[in-house]
Amino acid sequence: MHGALGQESALTQPIPGAGRPGRLVAGLRYMRRNVSLVVGILLLLALALFVGIGHIVVDTSKSRALSVPALRPPSLQYPFGTDRQGRDLLATMVAGTPLTLRIGFIAGFLGVGMGTILGFVSAYYRGKIDTLIRSIVDIGLTVPGLLVLIIIAVSLKKTLTVNQMALIVAALAWLNPTRTIRAQVLSLRERGYVEVARLSGMSGPEIIVKELMPNLLPYLAATLVNAVSSAILASIGLEVLGLGPVDAPTLGMTLYWVNYNAALINGWWWWWLAPLVIILIVFLGLFFLTVGLDEIANPRLRRAG
Amino acid sequence: MQLAYVAKRCGVFLLIVWLAATLNFFLPRLSGQDPVREKLLQQAQLGGYVQAGIEAMTREYEQRFGLDKPLWSQYLAYLHDMSRLRFNYSISHYPRTVNEIMAEAIPWTVGLLGTTTVLSFTIGTLLGAFLAWPRAPRSLRLLMPPLWALHAIPFFLCGLILMYLLAFQLQWLPMFGGYTAGAFPALTLAFVGDVLQHAVLPALSIILVATGGWALTMRGMMVTTQGEDYVTFAEAKGLKSRTVFLRYCVRNAILPQTTALALALGQILSGAVLVEVIFAYPGIGTVLFHAIRENDHFLIQGIVFSVIVALGVATLLLDVLYPWLDPRITYRRA
Amino acid sequence: MTADVLRVRDLLVYYDTPAGAVTAVNHISCSLKAGERLGLAGESGSGKSTLALSILRLLKPPGRVAAGEVWLDDVNLMTLSEEDMRQVRLARIALIPQGSMNSLNPVMRIREQLADALQGHGVRLSKRDVAERVRDLLQWVGLRPAVADMFPHELSGGMKQRACIAIAISLRPQVIIADEPTSALDVVVQKQVMETLARLQTDLQAAVILVGHDMGLMAQFVDRLGVMYAGQLVEVSPVRDIFTQPLHPYTQMLIASLPSLEQKGTFRGIPGLPPPLRALPPGCVFHPRCPHAIERCRTAAPLFREVRPHAWAACHLL
Repeated sequence: MHGALGQESALTQPIPGAGRPGRLVAGLRYMRRNVSLVVGILLLLALALFVGIGHIVVDTSKSRALSVPALRPPSLQYPFGTDRQGRDLLATMVAGTPLTLRIGFIAGFLGVGMGTILGFVSAYYRGKIDTLIRSIVDIGLTVPGLLVLIIIAVSLKKTLTVNQMALIVAALAWLNPTRTIRAQVLSLRERGYVEVARLSGMSGPEIIVKELMPNLLPYLAATLVNAVSSAILASIGLEVLGLGPVDAPTLGMTLYWVNYNAALINGWWWWWLAPLVIILIVFLGLFFLTVGLDEIANPRLRRAG
Repeated sequence: MQLAYVAKRCGVFLLIVWLAATLNFFLPRLSGQDPVREKLLQQAQLGGYVQAGIEAMTREYEQRFGLDKPLWSQYLAYLHDMSRLRFNYSISHYPRTVNEIMAEAIPWTVGLLGTTTVLSFTIGTLLGAFLAWPRAPRSLRLLMPPLWALHAIPFFLCGLILMYLLAFQLQWLPMFGGYTAGAFPALTLAFVGDVLQHAVLPALSIILVATGGWALTMRGMMVTTQGEDYVTFAEAKGLKSRTVFLRYCVRNAILPQTTALALALGQILSGAVLVEVIFAYPGIGTVLFHAIRENDHFLIQGIVFSVIVALGVATLLLDVLYPWLDPRITYRRA
Repeated sequence: MTADVLRVRDLLVYYDTPAGAVTAVNHISCSLKAGERLGLAGESGSGKSTLALSILRLLKPPGRVAAGEVWLDDVNLMTLSEEDMRQVRLARIALIPQGSMNSLNPVMRIREQLADALQGHGVRLSKRDVAERVRDLLQWVGLRPAVADMFPHELSGGMKQRACIAIAISLRPQVIIADEPTSALDVVVQKQVMETLARLQTDLQAAVILVGHDMGLMAQFVDRLGVMYAGQLVEVSPVRDIFTQPLHPYTQMLIASLPSLEQKGTFRGIPGLPPPLRALPPGCVFHPRCPHAIERCRTAAPLFREVRPHAWAACHLL
């Protein structure tokens, strides 16, 4: 284009890559970049299928003690084997996995629900209430959660139900979400469009719902998955220590019995292998899902090479 | 300005300690009953040669925390005990005191946690920084997915897997305990070797998982730092890429990484407790496990309180050291 | 006639996005004489900062220089090895960033950031000499010696900017590229910083490229002004001529939109928006918004040529 050599360049050639690719292609291309999300969804889907089909195909009443002969290794009749107390382990896994997941979901949802409210209020209104909430959260996070949960569980004399476990775990589940959501709202708050909204007369709650929320949704989703994962971990921890719902065939309780009966030394490998694999899938699936959601929420972490 | 910061942090620490004591006091009484009294009464009725001692304990308990005493006076008496770290006798191991039992178990936990935390943090941070280096060999990137995968699973799960593979199948390492049963604890080479052997699996369970986590967070911090304006300007200054990497990127990324460490201590400890239970490692985790089994409330309370205090001290130390790392902190009111 | 110290020839820079390649710098050519002050003005997204970074080869993926040459004296910077380019940076071409933002390392003292620039270029001096150099540089930009021991967060915006200038001139470069050096500062501080820059430029006899969007600043500081639009240079002329006889329609509308101190009038902007860089219009890139566009403007891109002595523009109407 420069005059020194007198060449004319016609910028009529199409620029490489211009034009919008089709929706499907764009979607597939995104999946290739956000591998984590895909892996996470696939793992959890596999689990859901296992539980779903399992409930139809398998007799879940066999997950109760003394329903089948004890200590049978895996066979055609008992694909996952049986444990020492006479439980069909396949039935136990099919029945127990949704219970563990339920604890995680209830506690996770409650935790994120409370965390969202507290985080928003804290970040949006600042001042004394912010200092108060932030201090509580900071202090709460220094304390090892499991120990507090232990004290709570030990103090309640009765044996717990699955739902009660969820509530106990929820007691601490709101701490991390409050912190992360507060941080995110703080950073969003500084952005221009909040000022504009405020200047144009939107009220506080209106701004929160109409301006901040849509931008926070992917982030909230990632926080939720994270909270569910932590809640499941906490509940399994309590169960392994013997503080769980003793009659329920949850994954953690199965591990408790594994430990109690020294299944490893006795060579009853099928007893601990099934819950181990399923717990692995749960945590890996939730983890990859979190990373995938994080990528959507915060695309800056896209590979820098 | 320094002093005000330190004073404030100490204040927070005392607050945490007070909260821990209050927690320990009120939670058991939530359901209206006092589980400690009930346990004592239950034990006293069981009979056996410890009966006389338990009865004396029950009486003393009634005296200070009796039903006839108003709640606030019980509370004050409790706080008084806690401040002197008087944790009373262990109900399940009477006549041993809680302090005795804990004193035996603490070194094991400190040893395990201390070394694994230091190792995993250091190796992980270095690895993470290296992974973010533009000239890092391609092959290193292959490490990332397995690190990610490992980091997602809880410590004790990794422990179970390692136990099965290395202790049960291959029989390379012992499965349980802190040292071979029946061995006499002494400062001999043989005993130390024995202890180390028993420590490998529990330590590995924690290190393998935690290192991945630290590497990933450090890499994340590095990527963020590398996008900052001061890194661009540093390159515009014509500095060697190694200088930019170390003094501009790493030096700044290490700050949030250290904060993350302070915040993660609680989680690491919770994970370590479960690891100890799986391996029957004689630290406070296993002690806590047995205490829960026996409903030994004094022991449980003692352990939980001490752990919270210990973590509070560790966090306090890290907080006080932080301004040394980040010069911006002394200036602001933290 | 003074020689050209910097010549940019047909520079083409893409950003690779998931939606395709975006042209950020679209076949730009311009020259800079020794000791001259050239301004580069344009809206946000016109490619001025990308151009500045590309000259220094500091562009990071997903940006890449696809074609073109940048001649510093008789060396094509695009062909240099990474190590040679590193030596060129600061010593021969220096960048003055927006210092009041985040351009200084928060955990290093100012004197360390000045010293490591020297050391990075192999300047071997004793500790005392380095300290003296640092003091001199600070004094040169109008900062008191105590600043050397401070951290960036202890400095005001203007002070930080001066510190960045001090770093930029520490090796007496031939060319200084100042990328919006006063954007985040208030007017009074702006004036001080620009005065410092002007003084230094005269002392060093360095050529300056001032990138920015403040036309008033340009009017006071530069000798020649280049106007950028959608990644292209549409006009380069002596600064007086840009204001009194703008050639390109975009420049004309830009000048017309500047509020005047003498008379009151209605605010006149330029209707429409700059085109998305990944889907530039065919022909002249400004034609959708140009009030004088003719048929030819839609099909053929105009040549960037010397319309009057020393005045270059790309428009079919000239």
